[in-house]
Amino acid sequence: MSTSVIEGVPPDPILERRELVQRVARRTLERRMVVSRGMVGLCGVTLLLALVPLFAILYSLIQKGIHWWSLDFFTKVPQFPSLLDPNDIGGISNAIIGSLVIDGVAALFAIPIGVVAGLFLAESDTKFASALRTTAEIMTGLPSILLGIFAYQMIVIGFNEWGIKLPGIGFSGIAGSFAIGVLMIPVIMKASETALRAVPTTIREAGLALGARRGVVARKVVIPTALPGLVTAVLLAFSRAVGETAPILWVIGASTMVQWNPKKEMASMPLAIFQSATSPYVALREAAWGIALFLVFVVLVLNLGSRLLAARLQRERR
Amino acid sequence: MADPSGTMVRLSTEMSDQTGDPRSGPVSMRFENVSVSFHGRTAIRDVSFDVPKNKVTSLIGPSGSGKTTLLRAINRMHDLTKGAVVSGSIRLGDTDIYKGGIPATLLRTRVGMVFQRPNPFPTMSIYDNVVSGLRFNGLRKRSVLDEAAESALIAAALWDSVSTRLKAHASTLSGGEQQRLCIARALAVEPEVLLMDEPTSSLDPISMRLIEELLSELKSRVTIVIVTHNMQQAARVSDLCAFFLMGNDRAGEQIEVAPTKKLFSEPDDPRTLDYIQGRFG
Repeated sequence: MSTSVIEGVPPDPILERRELVQRVARRTLERRMVVSRGMVGLCGVTLLLALVPLFAILYSLIQKGIHWWSLDFFTKVPQFPSLLDPNDIGGISNAIIGSLVIDGVAALFAIPIGVVAGLFLAESDTKFASALRTTAEIMTGLPSILLGIFAYQMIVIGFNEWGIKLPGIGFSGIAGSFAIGVLMIPVIMKASETALRAVPTTIREAGLALGARRGVVARKVVIPTALPGLVTAVLLAFSRAVGETAPILWVIGASTMVQWNPKKEMASMPLAIFQSATSPYVALREAAWGIALFLVFVVLVLNLGSRLLAARLQRERR
Repeated sequence: MADPSGTMVRLSTEMSDQTGDPRSGPVSMRFENVSVSFHGRTAIRDVSFDVPKNKVTSLIGPSGSGKTTLLRAINRMHDLTKGAVVSGSIRLGDTDIYKGGIPATLLRTRVGMVFQRPNPFPTMSIYDNVVSGLRFNGLRKRSVLDEAAESALIAAALWDSVSTRLKAHASTLSGGEQQRLCIARALAVEPEVLLMDEPTSSLDPISMRLIEELLSELKSRVTIVIVTHNMQQAARVSDLCAFFLMGNDRAGEQIEVAPTKKLFSEPDDPRTLDYIQGRFG
């Protein structure tokens, strides 16, 4: 050791250890750098592997779908191609409007219920709250087609069991909204709970210590603080619901007409993809790509939009 | 130079026993025109002074004067912050810590840090906490770890109370003990410099006193740089004192660096006098 070269001077254990630590740390770092480079390379490869299917899907969607986009495609209603013009399949305006109405009505009742329930989960530590939380978790894992069956039973044909009788209103947009909404509620609930729980306890306590009631603190302090997170939660749940097919598959009636009234039979974009893709007409089958591309586009806009909005709300705080 | 007769009696009785200029000895670190900015906004500007080896240097000043920002520049904690830029040069020995090509992880084994609140690793035992820095850096040999742990715990005045329960969880310790555990953890890798960011601000007065007393003993082992809001603490524990203020553009500036005794008795800058006499800040 270089510290004990001078004859008669006892070695300083601290200096010796300092030297040892430096030596070992340097050697370890060199070795780790090699491992690290390998690992970064591995991450790159796996990232690439994960991106390949994603880009393959986007590529085939755009390649096969974009040429269907035209003014007619977005403004006309669907029609069967004739022998004279086998490529004229009309448009999907009924499906766009149907999706808008169905998902809009669903959001109208699912967002308030979901956010309020999320607030309850975040603020309460009762047994009921934890039971509710478990229920929500189970519900998010529910196969979405079950909700379709549920909506069919409850809304389309009506409920008549255990002495309870509900009149059915038939195939309708409302039945779809009901299924989609029930699907959205647990997602919004969980996400808003997370956003609301992220508000530091000290900020909550600051309000309570001023004599504010918990409801007032929630309204004036907690919700405004968590707003960016809540907005993201709601919009992400909504964009997920827009693409859901199974719940609405046999409850909305698949109208081919433009229909704004949710009590009537309606169309919807995911359903239009399903119907086109399973149609006997080649042109309709091909046009399904165009609808699918538009649906992906809408979901993408909603996702990016929610992020931008949340980032903007966050920035306004400073 | 420092006034040996002590004109400020109340403080000078409390002051560290260092006489003469602590800067006459060897230099541990040299700041030259150090500035730190976040997203283009300067937090502290143009700091230039020498940190004497095996002494305690305190950084004082009101909130927003950039003390902590400067401290965190010394072990490159700002590397972890997006948008943070450190300019100028900080030299540790003959290494420029930013331009000298030293990896940040290696630098941090030479420059340890103790934070405002005790932050022992919650899942580790007392022993594992102390030797964690050594293990992170590849030291495995039991005898080396044991020796280092004992030495560090003794230095942190914790050995007597924990030597029989090294396997206990760190969370079983009191706040003051946890902070001394964090000091031991930082010491175990035998750094040349120990940075302390208001290490006693979350502790009770007795724990604070214990840690202050520790510092004078730790000096022989490490160079200490301590940020403190507590002027009495700076006066008690430090040999050299650097005073910072927030400038007109809200960037911190170095106002005066002087031996603690001089800074607290006859500072050169009227703003220093105002601050230590409590006229603002």
